Formats: sequence, C-alpha cells, structure tokens
Amino acid sequence: MRKLLLYITILTTGIIFLGRLFYLQVIDTSMVIRSQDNAIKVIYDYPQRGYIYDRNGELMVSNQPSYDVMVIPRNLKPFDTTEFCNILNLSREDLEKKLDKAKIYSPMLPSVVIPQLTKSEYAILQEKMRNYQGFYIQKRSLRDYQVDHSANVLGYIAEVNQKIVNDNPYYISGDLIGRAGVESYYEELLRGEKGVKYIQKDRFNRDIGPYKEGIFDSLPEKGKDITLTIDAVLQDYGTKLMENKRGGIVALEPNTGEILTLITAPTYDPADLVGRKRSPNFTKLYLDEDAKPLYDRGLLAEYPPGSPFKTLNALIGLQEDVVDTDDAFSCNHGYPYGRGRKLGCHAHSSPLSMIPGIAQSCNAYFANVYRRIIEKYPSPQEGMDAWNAHLKSFGLGDYLGSDLSTGRSGKIPDSEYYNKIYDYPTYKWYATATLSNAIGQGEVLMTPIQLANMAATIGNKGWFYTPHILKEVNGQPIKEEKYTTKNVTTIEKRHFEPVVEGMHEVYKSGTASALRIPGIEIAGKTGTAENFTKIDGKRVQLTDHSIFVAFAPVDNPKIAIAVFVENGYWGGRYAGRIASLMIEKYLKGTITRTDMEDWILSHSLEDEYAKPLSGEPFIINR
Amino acid sequence: MARSNGASFDWISILIYLALILFGWANIYSASLGSTSGSFFDLEQPYGKQALFVGLSIFLVIIILSIEAKFYQRFSSIIYLVSLLSLAGLFVFGKTISGATSWYSFGSFGLQPSEFAKFATALALAKYLSDIQTNIRRLDHQVKAFIIIAIPAILIVPQPDPGSALVYAAFFFPLYREGLSGFYLITGLSAVAVFILTLIIGPIWVSVVVAVIALVMFFMKSRKGPGKVLISVFAIISMALSFSVNYIFENVFEQRHRDRFNIVLGKEVDSRGIGYNTNQSEIAIGSGGWFGKGWTEGTQTKGHFVPEQHTDYIFSTVGEEWGFLGSAMVVFLFVGLLLRLIVLAERQRDQFYRIYGYSVIGILFIHFLVNIGMVIGIFPTVGIPLPFFSYGGSGLWGFTILLFIFIKLDSDRLSY
Repeated sequence: MRKLLLYITILTTGIIFLGRLFYLQVIDTSMVIRSQDNAIKVIYDYPQRGYIYDRNGELMVSNQPSYDVMVIPRNLKPFDTTEFCNILNLSREDLEKKLDKAKIYSPMLPSVVIPQLTKSEYAILQEKMRNYQGFYIQKRSLRDYQVDHSANVLGYIAEVNQKIVNDNPYYISGDLIGRAGVESYYEELLRGEKGVKYIQKDRFNRDIGPYKEGIFDSLPEKGKDITLTIDAVLQDYGTKLMENKRGGIVALEPNTGEILTLITAPTYDPADLVGRKRSPNFTKLYLDEDAKPLYDRGLLAEYPPGSPFKTLNALIGLQEDVVDTDDAFSCNHGYPYGRGRKLGCHAHSSPLSMIPGIAQSCNAYFANVYRRIIEKYPSPQEGMDAWNAHLKSFGLGDYLGSDLSTGRSGKIPDSEYYNKIYDYPTYKWYATATLSNAIGQGEVLMTPIQLANMAATIGNKGWFYTPHILKEVNGQPIKEEKYTTKNVTTIEKRHFEPVVEGMHEVYKSGTASALRIPGIEIAGKTGTAENFTKIDGKRVQLTDHSIFVAFAPVDNPKIAIAVFVENGYWGGRYAGRIASLMIEKYLKGTITRTDMEDWILSHSLEDEYAKPLSGEPFIINR
Repeated sequence: MARSNGASFDWISILIYLALILFGWANIYSASLGSTSGSFFDLEQPYGKQALFVGLSIFLVIIILSIEAKFYQRFSSIIYLVSLLSLAGLFVFGKTISGATSWYSFGSFGLQPSEFAKFATALALAKYLSDIQTNIRRLDHQVKAFIIIAIPAILIVPQPDPGSALVYAAFFFPLYREGLSGFYLITGLSAVAVFILTLIIGPIWVSVVVAVIALVMFFMKSRKGPGKVLISVFAIISMALSFSVNYIFENVFEQRHRDRFNIVLGKEVDSRGIGYNTNQSEIAIGSGGWFGKGWTEGTQTKGHFVPEQHTDYIFSTVGEEWGFLGSAMVVFLFVGLLLRLIVLAERQRDQFYRIYGYSVIGILFIHFLVNIGMVIGIFPTVGIPLPFFSYGGSGLWGFTILLFIFIKLDSDRLSY
C-alpha cells in the first residue's frame, strides 16, 4: 500500500497533464488564432489601380496620390501645435479631439488624423514633418478623372463595407473597392493583387523581422489598364445635348456589339465622388428622389417602346408568312376591334402597305399584322408564344448579358402571362385583348440599351453580338467568346430588306424627315409613348416620352442608337434631333446643322418635370 | 566509468537524464535566440551559458560516480550543515537579482544555494531516519525529522522564494514510505480540500459539507472506523480551518496572492495583469497543435510573449514548437524517470539508500507537478524550475547531484 501511493500519484499527474495538453493543443483551436493575432503582423502593399482608356486611347481615369496624416500616440513628443494647426487649417480643439480619439483606439497603432491632404497642404507639411515626432504621412492612391462625364459608365471606388469583408476574404476593413459601373464589374482586373508582408512581432508589439524569412510574403501586382469601347468624344457630346433633360442615350457599333455611348441624364461629375468630398456628395445625389442622378436610365429605365416596336411586328409577320409587303390595310383614324373600341391613329393616306405603313407609323396597319400573327395559330396562346419566341431571339424580355454592372430584363408578355391576368380557362382571351402589343404599348417594356440593340440587329439584318463595354486589357483585345459569338434571330435575312427600307423611308419622307443630314443615309423610327404618374393616388397622364431609334449608314451600319427623352413631346422633337446630331458627330466628326444643335442645347424640359410636382393643374403635350 | 561491487549504473535513468538535458538545451536555444543568431556557444546568451553548464554537469557526474558510495552516507550531516550555512550566509553576502536575495555572485555567474540544499536535506533526512534508534512512529522522532526538513525551508522563504520552500513538502513521500501514519496524509489532503473548497464555495457551504460527511460517518457505526470523538474533532477543526482560510485569504493575503489562486480556479480572467503569464503560456502551447511549428519557428517564442520562457516557462516552448507529440514526449520522459527511480528505490536493501531515493523522487515529482501544472494553467503561479530543462547552472547542477548520488548509491546496493 505504502509503495503504491507514489506510483498512483505520478501516473495520475501524467494522465492529467496529457489530457490538459491534448485539450489545449488538439481540441481547443482558439489558441492558434490568438497566437496569429498577437505574434504576426500583416502589412499589405497596395498596387496602383489600373487606368481606364476610351476606344481611341484617350485617358479617362488615372490615379492621384493622396496623403493621410497618421499618428502613433505613443511616439508623440511635444510639438508646436499652433504651427501644426495653421498648416492644416485646423482648430486646436479639433486636433486635441482627434489625438484623444487615436489614443483611445490604440496608443501603439497608427490612426488617421487628417485624411487626404491636398497636394499643396502636403507640400508645406512635408518640410516640417521632422518637427512632429509621432506623426507621419501615408500615401494612398485615389482616382483622378480626366473627363467630367461618364460617371454612370465608370462608377466609383469606396471603402469596403462589413458585408464585403465577411463575404470575400481578399478584402480587409479600409480597403477600396469599385462600386457601380466598370469599376465594379472589372474590379478584379483593375485592382491588381495586393502584396503582403508577414512581420514577426514581440510582446511590445515591435517588429522583429520578417516571419519565416518572408517565405509567405508576396509582391503587389499592378492593376490592369483597360480600354473601353466607349467613345469619349461622343459621350461628352451626348452628355451636353442631354443637359436639362432626363433620359438616356445608348449607341452601339452594330458589327461588333461594342457600346459607343451610354449616357444617362441628369448625371454628375465623377470627380465629385473622390476622396473627402465623396461622402457628402454621394448623400446629396442619393437623396435626389426626383431627378435620380444615380439611376442609369440607359440601362435601368423600362419604358413602353412605342412605335419602334412596330418594326419587329412587321418582321414577325413576314417570317410567319401572314403578311406580304404588298398587302395593304385601310385606316380610318384608327383600327376598330369590336364593341365600339378603336385603336386610334393620326391622319394619313389610306390604305397603306408595309413600307409606307412603317414610314407613316400607321397603328391600323400593325393592328392587322399583329392579329394575323396571333390568329394564325389554332389558339391565341400558341400564337402569343410563337410571337414571344421571335422577340426573345432579339434579346428582349431578358437580361442582355452584357458586362455592365447593372441592367433590367424589360418585358415581353407570353401566353402564361395573359392566362394569369385573364384567369384562363374560366375566361378566354383573344388577340384583340392584347392589341396594344401591336404598337409597342401596354405590356411590352424595353430598356434603351435593348432598343439600341434592336436597331443594331435590324441594321445587321438578323444578328447581333452581345453588347459589351470592354475592348482591351493592357492593350490586348479581349477574346471573350460571349462577345464574339453571333446571336442569330429567328427572322430570315430577306425579311429585313423591306423593314430597313421602311425605316429608311421614315427618314426620307416619313415622321423623321426633318432630321436629314447631308451625305448620310439613316434608317430610323420615331416613337411617342404615353406615360402616367400618380399624384395623390390618382393616375395622371404626363407629356409623352420622346423616342428615336436609328442606325446609319443604312447599307453598312457603323452606329445604332436609341435615344429616350422623358416627357419630350414626340419622337422627332427631342430624341430624333439628339440622335441625328449624335450620328453626324460620330460619322463626320463635325456638326453641319448648328441651328439644330443650338436648339437642343438651349431647350430645357425642366418646366415639364416641374409640372407634376407643382401641385397646380397642368396641360400636357404643350 | 568506475564500477563498485559488481552492480552497474542504471543506464535507463542516465539515458532519460541525457535526453532531458539535451532537449532542454535545444528549447532554451530557441527561447533565448535573439534577432541576431550567433554561435551556439555564445557566452553572452543564455543558450551559450547553458551549454557550458551542461558540459560542467557531465564533469560533475563523473566526479559523483567516482566517489565511494559510503562517503555520502558518512558525510551527510556535514554536507547538510554546510548547506544550511550557505543559506544563512545569503542574509549577509547574498546578491539580489530581480527582488530575490538567492545568489552568491562570482563575476558574471551566480550560485543559488537553495538548489543544492535539496540533496543535502535529502541526505540528512535519510541519515536520520535510517538510524537504528529512529522510529518514525514516535512523535518526538517525527518532530526531529520535521525540523531537519523545516530549517532549510525556513531559511529559503524570506529570500523570498516561497516556491523553493514548497518543494520541501516532497519529503512527505519518504516519510510515508518509511511508516509515517496515514493520518498525516488524510489530514493533509483534507486540509488542502478544505482550503480549495473554501475558495470556491465559501466557508459556510464547506461547513455544511463537513457536517453532512461527519453525520454520515457517525451513523455508519463501523468498528474499524474512527471513533465518534475523533470525527467530531475533525469536523470542528475543518470548519474552523475553513473560516480561518477565508479570513486569511481575504485579510492576510495580498491581492497578488489571491489573484494567483483565483486565476487557476477560473474565478477571474485577467489576461493583462497577473494572468498574463499563464494566458500567454497557454496561447503558445495551444498554438502548437499536433506537431508544433518546428524548432526555432515558434511565433510566440520568437516574439518573447511568454515571460521567463527560458527558465520557469520553458515547457511552453516545447508545446509551441514541438506540439502535442513533443510535450507528451517530455511528460512521458519525466513519468518514465520517476517510475524507474521508484523501481530503483524499492530494490535497495539499505534503508538509507531507499529513503534517499524516495527523497529524490519526491523532489523531482514536486517540481514536475508544480512547474508543468503552472505552465499549462492548472496550478497557481509558483516559480520553480523544471528539472534538467529550465535554464540555470545552479538548478541543473543541483538536480544532477541529487540524481547521480542516487544512481551511485543504487550501483552500490550489492555491497551489502
């Protein structure tokens, strides 16, 4: 018994020790993390963000250095606070407050005292820095915008929020990330890879050299320079034309799918969202509920397309073989369709066949074509789905799949949609119930970029490349399969000939004949879309939207464009003029019709936009 | 090496000893490695000095094993007296290093007599107990034995070095082995239990628990068990102890003492103040995982986060750099050595040899228990070194002498 006591005590101790060690070293992993936290410091080395160029190599976005004044409270020595405050234009109380805050955060770790000094502030301070022990200057890189337009295209950069930090291990608090536009979509190209250094610390938090001789360290990799398909000159010009108006312009190069311009109005100077100014300016833009300058109308606004949509019905009619180019339909100020209802039309000669039908934008003509398409099939459901399938092949009613950070699908109704709203099969519905589809009103919705892509597709006579904005990376053209594969529509090429001719006729003799440019042949289509708002819960009609889609030159299109001007009266008045000026600017480089240019630059629609907000009764389309 | 009377030295113990000092040195090297890595034998650095100490230890081992075994028995009283004198001399000639007057200074080296007092006391106690006239069951002899143990302890406490004094509790093991009544064991353990329970649940609940146990024993009516009077006395003393412990803890102890207990009992978590050592040590060990970070690759060790890491906290380096496998290995080596020494002690026919052996085991065991217990956070912070492992010449030599006298004695067992 007496011999056993020591045996048992020693063995018990050994077992308890092993158990405790097993727990500490193998089971409880929290210690590993705490060890990383206090023994290894990670220093990131941020690379330059890539530059952004336009399609002609014009620099749009570069970087500018910015200087933050940092402090390590523990290293502070008494200094001339008066001089310091004078240089930085700071009150003594402010300085004390900032230093106290830094001390509370950590006496040993750096805090920002004054962020983003200007170059001149930095120049003065830099000479005196040696007098201010404990302070130092940290260089950061901010965006430097060479253009005052294209804010919607470029986007902006801002500090990451907590959600991004949680979701993506690359980012740590304080990192910058692209938000909106190209900065967001091509974040990974632009940002490069940050370098990392692991530094072994001691218990006083001092650096004592690289961790494991730096085998885990990496060098920063510079961000890639990207070239956009955007034409900065055209972009600048369009932005000026759209001043004091609301709406969007999208222009594409039909044979490549490259986006030449992407304009939204109203807009803002991208430099407003740089550095210290960003936060107050962003708030101001964000809170502008009425003009919505942050809302990219070219990509996000879903409008009823109106008359330009008729060209698609003509194409479908030909493909479905329900109409011939020579078939003429009469029009007596509209198209009556049972129980006294009538789809109204303006005054023009009658009857009309396809080409003059398009040129005159006759509602009755397209009501007839549309009915024939739907009624070709045994049931309106099947007719509707056949019609829908043709439109889907134009990229409508769905996201285009472009490399833009935002977008909308628009809407093309199908049989399921109408079955639902008419409660089929309890109630039946027929082509006439959906007749507004014939003229691009009612259920059909399209975004300006979809309209532009439609124009490009007609200009190409039956195919399109997915619109995209990236042209080159570090000077090398992109080879993305998605942007180099033709999307072919369900309409045969030969059917496009009469429709293109009709659109050309619009320009030569029809609704856009006032927009002619000497030496350039355009195919286009005007649109005038009714629209409504709610005032105090009541549906109130507003002045019509002005729409114009076009491509030019007719035979070998170099540009396809859609212009949408909210409450712009009618197609030719604002959108048509703007589109024709844009086409001239792009194809010729100069404007011959300076009177038209002056008219657009001097005309504002602000009065129109103020109408529903005034609280007074108002008259529309006047 | 010299042999005496046919029996060989116990190579198992010697190999474990060598393994421990070499592995210990490797860890001291890592723990004291500065940012500039010099020669292995840089005498400015702890690892360089320790290399010298290890070399001298081997020299010491040869001397110890060469001396006649009988010498230790014969001169034990003189060795003991010299040791006491050296302890007492500290009050006059001692050098104060970090608050403790525990050293005699010789140039840049110091000698710590408390490290040598252990084997001297062990020799003296073995000598007294093995005397034909001594009967451990007699109270007056128990008192004399106690005095032999207590004098060095009392001389060490005011240095101050309460940790080293605590080690003298190790002599309970040889006393018990030689026939000291189990009553002391039960009393001692009960006192410790009452002490810890008081700190955790307070004196009132302790009294309730004691009363319940006493009542149960009262009604068991076992003939062999203790009498009713004894149970009552025991219960009353326990309650009184509990209240006085509470009083002493709250009113006599200083806050730093209270903190040490509270941290182990998990009552307080203070990772910046007194708990810093334990906390950093646990982080270092815990971050080692299964296999550790590799020799001289420990981030906590390199950053010197664990204070006193090359001395009392050397085991945390093992934990971080060699992982669970390495630290379990060290535990196995110590347990193996201790169990082997029990085997050696039990095969002695001479009582002096056996008592000395048990003293060696007890002393090594207490160091092992208290040091590793402290480093892994299950024992209060008491600063005593890990034998053969911690940095320090006096300690290494003290333990080397302690162990090798016994190995010498063991080799001499057949001379009877």
